Amino acid sequence: MESLIGLLVAAPLLGAAVLLCGGQRLNRTGHLLGTALAAVSFVVAAVLFFDMVGRDTDDRALHQHLWSWVPVNEFQADIAFQLDQLSMTFVLLITGVGTLIHLYSIGYMEHDERRRRFFGYLNLFLASMLVLVLADNFLLLYVGWEGVGLASYLLIGFWQHKKSAATAAKKAFVVNRVGDAGLAIAIFLMFTTFGTFAFGPVLDDVEASGASQATLTGIGLMLLLAACGKSAQVPLQSWLGDAMEGPTPVSALIHAATMVTAGVYLITRSGAIFNAAPDAQTVVVVVGAVTLLFGAIVGCAKDDIKKALAGSTMSQIGYMILAAGLGPIGYAFAIMHLVTHGFFKAGLFLGAGSVMHGMNEEVDMRKYGGLRKYMPVTFITFGLGYLAIIGFPGLSGFFSKDAIIEAAFAKGGTQGWILGVVTLLGAAITAYYMTRVMLLTFFGEKRWQPDAEGNMPHPHESPKTMVIPMVVLAFGSVFAGGLFKWGDAFVNWLEPVTQFEHGHPPLSVPVITGLTVVVLLIGVGAAWFQYGRAAIPVVAPRGSLLTRAARRDLLQDDFNHVVLVRGGEHLTRSLVYVDNKIVDGAVNGTAAFYGGLSGRLRRAQNGFARSYAVSMFGGAALLVAATLLMRAV
Amino acid sequence: MSALNASPDGAVHNLWTHAAEAPSIEYLQLSPALIVLGAAVVAILVEAFAPRSARYYLQVGLSGLALACGFATTVGLAVGGYATDKAAVVGIGSLSVDGPALFLQGVILVVALVSVGTFAERRLEPVAHGARVDSFAAQPASVPGGEGEQAAIKAGWTTTEIFPLLLFAVGGMMLFPAANDLLTLFIALEVFSLPLYLLCALARRRRLLSQESAVKYFLLGAFSSAFLIFGIALVYGYAGSVQYPVIADVVDGTVQSPSPALAASMSNDVLLLVGMAMILMGLLFKVGAVPFHMWTPDVYQGAPTPVTGFMAAATKVAAFGALLRLLYVVLPGLSWDWRPVMWGVAILSMVVGAVVAITQTDVKRLLAYSSIAHAGFILAGVVAMNDRGISSVLFYLLAYSFVTVGAFAVVTLVRDAGGEATHLSKWAGLGRRSPLVAAVFAIFLLAFAGIPLTSGFVGKFAVFAAAAEGGAAPLVVVGVLSSAIAAFFYVKIIVLMFFSEPAPDGPTVAIPSVLTTGAIAIGVVVTLVLGIMPQYFLDLASTAGVFVR
Repeated sequence: MESLIGLLVAAPLLGAAVLLCGGQRLNRTGHLLGTALAAVSFVVAAVLFFDMVGRDTDDRALHQHLWSWVPVNEFQADIAFQLDQLSMTFVLLITGVGTLIHLYSIGYMEHDERRRRFFGYLNLFLASMLVLVLADNFLLLYVGWEGVGLASYLLIGFWQHKKSAATAAKKAFVVNRVGDAGLAIAIFLMFTTFGTFAFGPVLDDVEASGASQATLTGIGLMLLLAACGKSAQVPLQSWLGDAMEGPTPVSALIHAATMVTAGVYLITRSGAIFNAAPDAQTVVVVVGAVTLLFGAIVGCAKDDIKKALAGSTMSQIGYMILAAGLGPIGYAFAIMHLVTHGFFKAGLFLGAGSVMHGMNEEVDMRKYGGLRKYMPVTFITFGLGYLAIIGFPGLSGFFSKDAIIEAAFAKGGTQGWILGVVTLLGAAITAYYMTRVMLLTFFGEKRWQPDAEGNMPHPHESPKTMVIPMVVLAFGSVFAGGLFKWGDAFVNWLEPVTQFEHGHPPLSVPVITGLTVVVLLIGVGAAWFQYGRAAIPVVAPRGSLLTRAARRDLLQDDFNHVVLVRGGEHLTRSLVYVDNKIVDGAVNGTAAFYGGLSGRLRRAQNGFARSYAVSMFGGAALLVAATLLMRAV
Repeated sequence: MSALNASPDGAVHNLWTHAAEAPSIEYLQLSPALIVLGAAVVAILVEAFAPRSARYYLQVGLSGLALACGFATTVGLAVGGYATDKAAVVGIGSLSVDGPALFLQGVILVVALVSVGTFAERRLEPVAHGARVDSFAAQPASVPGGEGEQAAIKAGWTTTEIFPLLLFAVGGMMLFPAANDLLTLFIALEVFSLPLYLLCALARRRRLLSQESAVKYFLLGAFSSAFLIFGIALVYGYAGSVQYPVIADVVDGTVQSPSPALAASMSNDVLLLVGMAMILMGLLFKVGAVPFHMWTPDVYQGAPTPVTGFMAAATKVAAFGALLRLLYVVLPGLSWDWRPVMWGVAILSMVVGAVVAITQTDVKRLLAYSSIAHAGFILAGVVAMNDRGISSVLFYLLAYSFVTVGAFAVVTLVRDAGGEATHLSKWAGLGRRSPLVAAVFAIFLLAFAGIPLTSGFVGKFAVFAAAAEGGAAPLVVVGVLSSAIAAFFYVKIIVLMFFSEPAPDGPTVAIPSVLTTGAIAIGVVVTLVLGIMPQYFLDLASTAGVFVR
């Protein structure tokens, strides 16, 4: 079975190589090949999954050592994979959702002349993401980490002829660099502290390694920085909204379901380090709490359907990070929410893509309205996704989110209360903005506008290849949470890897569940009150101060511009000044000094043999004198 | 007779009264040098008896064959264990056949073999009256610019004597690092110096400059030889012998008085110290170390470029070999006295060579100063006084000699109406006209500068590591700083070649025959192989780095 693990990665990698190097002749079949290879990977994952389930709990992890990558004395980096329950969960999510989105893209990208390349990039993404979650050491994880960063960059900027897309890709890349630097530093620290960066030796016995608290906190914070970059958490969140410039399947796969959750994976995987560094854990929780409100508020104000969903993604990942920061009481719920979120958020994005497809690529929800009659399947699947994300009782999101809220309360003390209230507040806002999206898009009057060429949109249901994935994901949105919750199946499944402790919230569980439902109803009611009753203006009203700030992503770009860009410019300018005046001055001064010295010494070389002989004589005299002097001393 | 009979030990008496016993000579171990010197004698006969038209081919063939055979026997001896287990002092105590000797002899022979190619090159000079000619004067004895010269050029004469001269020089150079007594050392020095003086005077173009350089070289060389022989006399006065092992024993104090005749002067330290300093001076002159370097730029510039290349490479190898043996075999007991002095010489050589090179405008003079700086770098390895010191110097000499021969071979290619265009301004933009030649020269310059992936880096690293290990850290610091200064002018040439506009009346690059191409190609290959995969040669140098005592 071990040997199949390599195949998981090899299939999409082969696809990427063939599609990207194969040239024009693959234009007509490339998308089918790419989808087929993604499906192969999924089938292999399924086989491995059933094999794993068939084995004893203690015996489920598989290892495959492919080859030794960088063997230098004590520095041993291997290309080796580890498939345990945590990795398995991710592998199924990545290959499953990935395959569906490949399928969807066949229809979505039908008219794009660079479709083959698009599928090549998607395959590259799958391969990198699988390396990320399968690596058995942090260095190989870093390879996957950079690989998904590259694929994300290429896909955000896929429509590179649009300046906004090119800029967004660059922004995502630059912001991610900051996080990547964090991961690199974390790996350096691990190597100096533990002498290795393989998962086993680093994570198995953090307490016994004798590493100081400060070092562990440092490693934890650097890992968190990395997670913030990849998972768009405050303060490195600014790229995710702009990343929606990429094709919608990309937003669904990479910027909702899989890649952006890599940060959660990283923190969960390194749980042993965080468990031993409570300070770092606290920071993780704070980041998660801040981001879940931040993203939710931004999501309320966006009129662009994809950006509203992006804000929601940020917020939901905030939930996961928060849960991961809670330690063993939260890891399993973080991953559970991650998986359910993968289903319903991918479904929502695909639904959004389907709507855009029917509306001449219009993204402004104020120009939608009344679409439920024209796109019934999209409406139903999107609606199920909507119910799942707001946590409607019985659907996926309800179980996973409710578990996180309980765990937040269970943190205990003041912290627990604060976190509990924040997560409840987040749930209310989620209900509000998602209801808003729903109402603006599918209900109310038709507010359709002609596009730039003056064509009125003729909304219609999307082709089969697009509809089928939406239906499949809708099933996941509805049932996944219940299945996971049934007999604590999911928690028991992950427990050997992530450990699990039962939290004891200060309120009883039914009370918390009741509160969750109440805030949900408040959110939905508020949204209906505002958007369901009255006609909606096509041009957005000015709005309150908070609305305006939220439309500008709560001024995150302005903040970055003023503090980082301006600051950077000033720093650069002063460095250039120092370079010109002081460094160059020293360099030029040195050069001038040696030039002058050279010119003077050169004059001794006057071409007369007699003076050469004198200098030799002088030299010999000096030599003799020095030798005698040495003896005398 | 009575005076002779009165001699205290009766040695002279025995000589008169007994038939001398024939000494046993180890012909096998001496065969490399014997082959080369024998071929030199045969080459003189060829010069005397063969018709002028046949001489060139005979001489090139004979020289090539002799050097190749010499190299083959050297390798054979090394493989046969004469470099390690069977290393011995041979030839009645006058020569050592051991690792360093065989290693350096091998290097000298290959360098000489490559140089035969550049000496014999006849494609670069324009055809003179229907005859292909080389870089050497048509008839050296004719007055420059005189009628005799015109007649000789018209007749298409060439100087084929260069080949026997080269062979004699090579023979002397092979003996120099192997010499095991001071007199052999001196004779070997003269055997290779005299042909070099002559060769320097033989340039076809700019003959006056060439002759001036030869005269300077000869005068200053004779001057330094005088110091050397005087030093030998003083050391003999101290130790009562010219044999290396005996001197070493006396210096150590293990042997008191081998020769009662010298009882009065023996063990007088002043004799030893002054004599040692003078011998060192003679050797430092040959390696071109400051303050005995003044001849280097003038001679390198004036001599025919193929000779400069050969001389710069092979002389350095031979002289450093002799210096190593002297310091490591004869004078280790005195290292507290000579090490500070050699430190000074090394530092001066590195700094002066690198600094003065900055303002040079002639490529041959620039390479001359660069060779002075390199002498300093090698000295840093010499003064390490440990095993790594020996092996690192051996490796450095191997690396440096091929870069040097190659670099000077490239210089012969860049020509204008007046012959070789050695002024640096003429090299501007060469990279655009002849990218290959410029690239090859750039490789050699990078190797001189000690940039990684070239042999220069590995060599420099080896000597500096040895010096640091030997406690000469300040020397390493000065060495690295000097390397930085030196890198400036090496890279300046690369910038000039590749990033400057070519001058309108710039030089052309001559297309050489396979002889020079081969020389350059070997230089490039050795430079890159030693830079990228040096381990085999480092191990070889390490194995070879043990002197027989």
